Amino acid sequence: MTSTTADILLLAFGSFAILIAMTVLGEVLRARQPAGHANPVLETYMTRVQSWWGMVTFVGLALLTGKIGVMILFAFVSFAALREFLTLTAKTQADHIALALAFFVVLPLQYVFVGFGWTGLFAIFIPVYAFLLLPIVSALRGNANRFLVRVAETQWALMITVFCVSHVPALMTLDLPDYSERAVLLIAFLVMVVQLGDLLEYFFGRRIGRTKIAPGLSPKTWEGVACGVTSAMLIGGMLSWITPFTPLAAMGMAGAASLVGMFGSIVFAAIKRDRGVKDWSHLIPGQGGFVDQLDSVIFAAPIFYHLTRYFYT
Amino acid sequence: MKYLRQFAARLTGHAIRIFARAITAVRADWQGIEPVPRQRVYFANHTSNGDMPMIWSCLPPALRRDVRPVAAADYWLKNKLRAFVGPEVFNCVLIDRRHEVNDKPMDKILAALDEGSSLIIFPEGNRNMTDDPLLPFKSGLYNMGVARPQVDLVPTWVANLTSIMPKGEVIPLPLICTVTFGAPIHVQDGESKDDFLRRAADALAALAPEVRP
Repeated sequence: MTSTTADILLLAFGSFAILIAMTVLGEVLRARQPAGHANPVLETYMTRVQSWWGMVTFVGLALLTGKIGVMILFAFVSFAALREFLTLTAKTQADHIALALAFFVVLPLQYVFVGFGWTGLFAIFIPVYAFLLLPIVSALRGNANRFLVRVAETQWALMITVFCVSHVPALMTLDLPDYSERAVLLIAFLVMVVQLGDLLEYFFGRRIGRTKIAPGLSPKTWEGVACGVTSAMLIGGMLSWITPFTPLAAMGMAGAASLVGMFGSIVFAAIKRDRGVKDWSHLIPGQGGFVDQLDSVIFAAPIFYHLTRYFYT
Repeated sequence: MKYLRQFAARLTGHAIRIFARAITAVRADWQGIEPVPRQRVYFANHTSNGDMPMIWSCLPPALRRDVRPVAAADYWLKNKLRAFVGPEVFNCVLIDRRHEVNDKPMDKILAALDEGSSLIIFPEGNRNMTDDPLLPFKSGLYNMGVARPQVDLVPTWVANLTSIMPKGEVIPLPLICTVTFGAPIHVQDGESKDDFLRRAADALAALAPEVRP
């Protein structure tokens, strides 16, 4: 067993320990409920914990399989997220081929480029080539009605759900001195600090949150976000042993990722509010859709990737 | 041979359901009824040939076994594959739409109801290619409601299929499809055909999700 595998297993068991504690807590509270009276808050909590079990298992297995597993997992996540996003965007039949290309050509190609580590191509493929070519395909069908809205929303969907998401597996292809074969652990680091930061932001926001950041849009408060980002930094510091960063640098990286992620999820809240939906879909029980679950990771991934690339390669 | 065909039909049914789930993550939203076995006529909007398989795929197994889509014979008997899928996989009640054939469609529909089957029908009669939410309903739904008043008529809205598989396109887009079941309606005493059909169309259109484009 390599040290990387051992570390992944250690992180997985650590996560499972937290989940076991959360499950036991939920079951104890459930047992103390009077018979026949289900508590909706508790039931939602339990559904969420169950979904978390699934997610930790999937991500853990993907990380253990290495590069191929990670690429397949995140390509699937991109597919599910793109599907949720394009369900809500403006489109007409004139966009049909352009959208089919987005799903069946652009998305797989992006992951092929990431998989082979063709950094230059994967960084410009969607912002340049898809950006220019897909509107041409739409325009050739000759329907000008709300054209700019249609192509702009399609491009936004691709940028968020394919381009940004693909920066998570791209962390594995960074050429970090003395760290390259352990790069898979950077994914675990990013996902854990951002998601745990979100969880604690939610917890503290409910407890001590007073000042809403974007009233009428999101329940997030400045107090909650401050506590969440601080927690993410502490967790990042504690996890620095799996990264190429010093403990202090790990705290900075975790804080930056968590902060961008939290504001990212406010952006997603604005989009959902505009489209009049509560969740992106129903595919993850208790959490909504893939975009709901990953909104902060999606925003954090490119920033984290480029900070790491700039300072450590 | 008969059992082999039945087995093949069941297998094909599974394949169609898995395909529908994988592409559109189709989901049933039970707003007005519970997913329990009861005799019902599910009447739905019709924008794409995928409508019927979508409704069929999202019904739970106990309900799916008893449901028979009412469909056009000229479409489902066009070639051998369709003649297998329509009557044997979906167990369709096939209606001949040609004018020279007096097929008495209502007799076949009532016979299916009297056997205890539930039905899936598209009261617009044709695929809706307009920007209006629904075409005017044909009178079949009213006739069923009058002839078999105990059967629940359930409005069923299939969202998004116009974008998933527009007429004339070959590749289906993987967008999320939701099938919403509303509260059942019945023909009331003394209600005229036009009044009832308007009420049925309103009940159906009210289920369309309000997504601002």
